[in-house]
Amino acid sequence: MSEVEDKEPIKASEMDPKFKYEIAKMHGGEKLMRCFQCGTCTSDCPVAKFSETYRPRQIIRMAQLGLKDRVLNSDTLWLCAACFTCTDRCPQDVEVASVIRVLRNLAAEKGIVPQVFKEQAMSILESGYAYKIPDLRIKKRETLGLPPLPRGNSEGIKKALHGVSFLKHLEKKGE
Amino acid sequence: MAKNQYLIFLGCAIPYRVSAYEISARKVLQKLGVELVEMPEFNCCGLPLDPVSHEMMLILAARNLALAEQKGLDIIALCPGCAGTLKKVNKMLKEDKALREEINKHLKESGLEFKGTVNAKHIMQVLIEDVGLEKIKDSVVKPLTMLKVAEHNGCHILRPKEYIGFDDPEDPQTLKTLIEATGATCLDYLDETECCGAPSVGVSDKVALQLARDKLNHVKQVSAEALITICPFCHIMYDTNELRIEKMFNETYGIPILHYPQLLGLAMGMSPEELAFNELRVDTSKIIKQVVEGEK
Repeated sequence: MSEVEDKEPIKASEMDPKFKYEIAKMHGGEKLMRCFQCGTCTSDCPVAKFSETYRPRQIIRMAQLGLKDRVLNSDTLWLCAACFTCTDRCPQDVEVASVIRVLRNLAAEKGIVPQVFKEQAMSILESGYAYKIPDLRIKKRETLGLPPLPRGNSEGIKKALHGVSFLKHLEKKGE
Repeated sequence: MAKNQYLIFLGCAIPYRVSAYEISARKVLQKLGVELVEMPEFNCCGLPLDPVSHEMMLILAARNLALAEQKGLDIIALCPGCAGTLKKVNKMLKEDKALREEINKHLKESGLEFKGTVNAKHIMQVLIEDVGLEKIKDSVVKPLTMLKVAEHNGCHILRPKEYIGFDDPEDPQTLKTLIEATGATCLDYLDETECCGAPSVGVSDKVALQLARDKLNHVKQVSAEALITICPFCHIMYDTNELRIEKMFNETYGIPILHYPQLLGLAMGMSPEELAFNELRVDTSKIIKQVVEGEK
């Protein structure tokens, strides 16, 4: 989201009053309603220090107000480094980073998934690892005197992940 | 359960591009009498997918824990992201019966079940709690008293506090204590607990590299001769990217970034070659020289 968009007036029709309850039902989103907008999260956020747009307090407020489309389509949602400083310092115990993760999960449900996550998920399904470990690295382990790399269990992983809704995004876009 | 036997959990980043950490960690743990057992079926801890699917993260983490339970051994993870994830999920599933049953339905498909009978620990926690500071100090044959270094913990060793419950996230002391056990001086610097920025790489490299740059500046301000990390991602941010940051901001740092086991290994009398110093990007010849000359 650009700074210009930020300043666009909020229309009442944009607000979904049920959105906050949807978030509060999910693991990590339970305490969203406790936020009283003190700004500890933003002032202590290492990413906000260098980003012109990423402001955790603002994301939390948008979620509380039910600005569902704005917040789920916001590029800044993906900037959180998940350092959990906000979570640990929040005087209201909101678990700010987890609320942001819940919002990201909801964005992903809608099909908004940065490419890097699709690649990692595909790689995990195929090899057990989030990155494709180059053959050269695997061979080099021997010369370095390291034990063979765990080979994972692709079948076992696929079975365990059966029915996980996120996988539908891979089938569609992965082909 | 034997106290000094663990299943080693490498995760993804270490075999992908941070082998110096693995090599040095295995060497020092062996020297300290910690037995590492290989577990060929381990998969990614799940953390990389948490942003897009909390469910997938839970299943992947639980799968690893269930595998460890079958072996009846605790897990030692070298990566704080893996350790933190496995710890958090272990706690969540132990405390939340409904969630445990939901996840176990998935695990059942591949003949596994989460029961909550093992622990997952980061290497630093194993060193300080299970091996113990005295034993580490006893293993030092070449005290690194000539070195002044700085430490960087990495967030997931410490946060979120509620789930991790290790050290004090606002004023962590364990890594400093472990560094001082080698004889080296550990310097304080500004914003020691700030994130390296690694998780934002790929989303905004510019923001991520500025975080790393800030850290390198603060470390340089106190004239630290090396920065000591205990996380593969933090190490990539500072070591792999140091030259890139220097170029991008037209600055010079020249700060070697060592994995903690490399520092400890030097103090144990191991050679830089044994500890895979050649795998590091930033030139370490200056501190190696200091260590060698310090011997005389």
